Amino acid sequence: MKNALENRIEALQDRIIAQRNMERADEIPGWGMDADPENDPTYPMKHSNGADHQRLNYEKAPQQPLDMEILHSIERPGVTRVFGTSTPPSGLSGAIRRYAYKYSEATATHWMSLILADRVNAVEGKLDDLRRGVLPNPWVERGWRAEWKHNRSGFIQNVATTALLLTAGIMLMKRKNRRKQLLSKR
Amino acid sequence: MLAMNFRGPFQIRADRNRPEPEIKHPNDAIVRVTRSLICGSDLHLYHGLVPDTRVGMTFGHEFTGVVEEVGSGVQKLKVGDHVLVPFNIACGSCPHCKQELYGNCHESNPEATAVGGFFGYAHTGGGYDGGQAEYVRVPYADVSPTKIPEGMDLENAVLLTDVVPTGYQAAEQAGIQKGDTVVVFGAGPVGLLAARFAWFFGAGRVIVIDHLEYRLEFARKFSLAEAYNFKEMNDPVLFLKKATDWFGADVCIDAVGCDATGSALQNITGKGLLLQAGNATALHWAINSLKKGGILSIIGVYGPPWNLVSVGSLMNKGITVRANQASVKRLLPKMIDHIMSGRINPKEIITHRLPLEEVPDAYRMFSKKLDNMIKPLLIPPRANASFA
Ligand SMILES: NC(=O)c1ccc[n+]([C@@H]2O[C@H](COP(=O)([O-])OP(=O)(O)OC[C@H]3O[C@@H](n4cnc5c(N)ncnc54)[C@H](O)[C@@H]3O)[C@@H](O)[C@H]2O)c1
Ligand SMILES: [Zn+2]
Ligand SMILES: [Zn+2]
Repeated sequence: MKNALENRIEALQDRIIAQRNMERADEIPGWGMDADPENDPTYPMKHSNGADHQRLNYEKAPQQPLDMEILHSIERPGVTRVFGTSTPPSGLSGAIRRYAYKYSEATATHWMSLILADRVNAVEGKLDDLRRGVLPNPWVERGWRAEWKHNRSGFIQNVATTALLLTAGIMLMKRKNRRKQLLSKR
Repeated sequence: MLAMNFRGPFQIRADRNRPEPEIKHPNDAIVRVTRSLICGSDLHLYHGLVPDTRVGMTFGHEFTGVVEEVGSGVQKLKVGDHVLVPFNIACGSCPHCKQELYGNCHESNPEATAVGGFFGYAHTGGGYDGGQAEYVRVPYADVSPTKIPEGMDLENAVLLTDVVPTGYQAAEQAGIQKGDTVVVFGAGPVGLLAARFAWFFGAGRVIVIDHLEYRLEFARKFSLAEAYNFKEMNDPVLFLKKATDWFGADVCIDAVGCDATGSALQNITGKGLLLQAGNATALHWAINSLKKGGILSIIGVYGPPWNLVSVGSLMNKGITVRANQASVKRLLPKMIDHIMSGRINPKEIITHRLPLEEVPDAYRMFSKKLDNMIKPLLIPPRANASFA
């Protein structure tokens, strides 16, 4: 929706509106009557001191220079004063991530796209390895070595089951192919 | 430098060719890691359950190290200081940090407003490379990093960066009153510490639930708790109701998070079909095992966007939910005191000490709970090169 309500309101008005309401509190029967500072389930994890209501002009660190692509949640106006510089978005997974960050954190689109990007990224990583001459090494990198050392029988059982399933799968495919061939001959 | 390198779910490399981190902001420091731990939270990344976990990232949010370099704005931290680095990246001046919610800083994670900034915790945690490496960039260096107190064992110091305050906060936010029956789900490092600390608040009974016999045994000794195996129960909720005079527990602590086992339905929907963020069995059991008007403390980590639990029971039973990431800096003084006075010796939970080179093995072993592992410690090759 182009003309959605969230695009038509002004930002940073919340405190101004609250202030205005409190200034004319005598027009709101009962205002503040039952306020109880002890009715605060966040105690003692939060040291409530009213800072929540001074959220507009709090002291901020200088901005970390934005010298790389940083995706940021659309639920905030821009990047935070510092941010991590690990692995900027790239390739197809990067494109999916850019798409994901167009949606708020309340949407399945945001998170499901990111999970999809992660899976695509894992494949990209493998291709990238191959390009650089790094061969897959599941023995070490998937921890099979550790399984062999500490869980040998379980590991052998797993490998055997996987092998069995694979062979069964291959045989089934072959049979299907034979059937297809036979059918097409007829 | 040598660092852990994520290659996709269940695949990790000990990579010798990672670039060393640089100062990117005046308030940054570079730290040479001396000890580093793997956390149950890292397993959620390892299993591919946290969205925006990018290939090539270095994990690790529990580490100590020596300050090698500081940015121009750093005033308190000095080169050569040996510090423990809390897992929360916190600016110290936003409204949340100002109120000691250091796990919920508003100025350290651009990617997600629902999550604070954490070292090595995907881009959903701010995109920072973490401490399972020889060197780390530490932002806001003057806020959280704390000099290791003289005489403190290095292994206790590194446990202070997360699981000790986390276990404590699990018990603290549970609002335990003297005499309460406290049920802790999960006998991992976090659950063991939560159970141990439940006594500090005057619990009358502490019950730990897990399915790994070696961890239950450890809970009996370390946490001084009753410990029961849910594999021996048809229905853990029924067991707990009966064990609490058919009322339910006063307090339940979920120290399992989204990698639970124990329900096929949760597994299929959470890990097979990805219709929910992982498996929320423990949380579901916790809600149902509580008495009416009980308190639920969630310290186990759940990812976005949602999970399948009985919200109706929360409402109908009048349950108070208290949950958060641990606020490590807030709790450090108290935790240091508990350790230095000998009331607790957390390093007993470290079962494995491995060189950083063996990080792939360590992840696999921790994930599959092999060799009776409880908490694995990683030691980088340059760890012991001179520190005071
Ligand atoms: N909130 C925070 O600040 C914070 C900090 C650190 C860790 N955590 C979270 O705490 C949780 C535990 O961490 P950990 O390091 O102890 O992990 P862990 O994997 O070692 O322990 C989890 C334990 O839960 C058990 N378990 C699985 N399903 C269960 C069920 N249905 N009922 C009872 N027990 C069950 C497992 O057998 C295991 O022993 C994780 O989710 C982690 O992300 C949170
Ligand atoms: Zn942790
Ligand atoms: Zn902050």
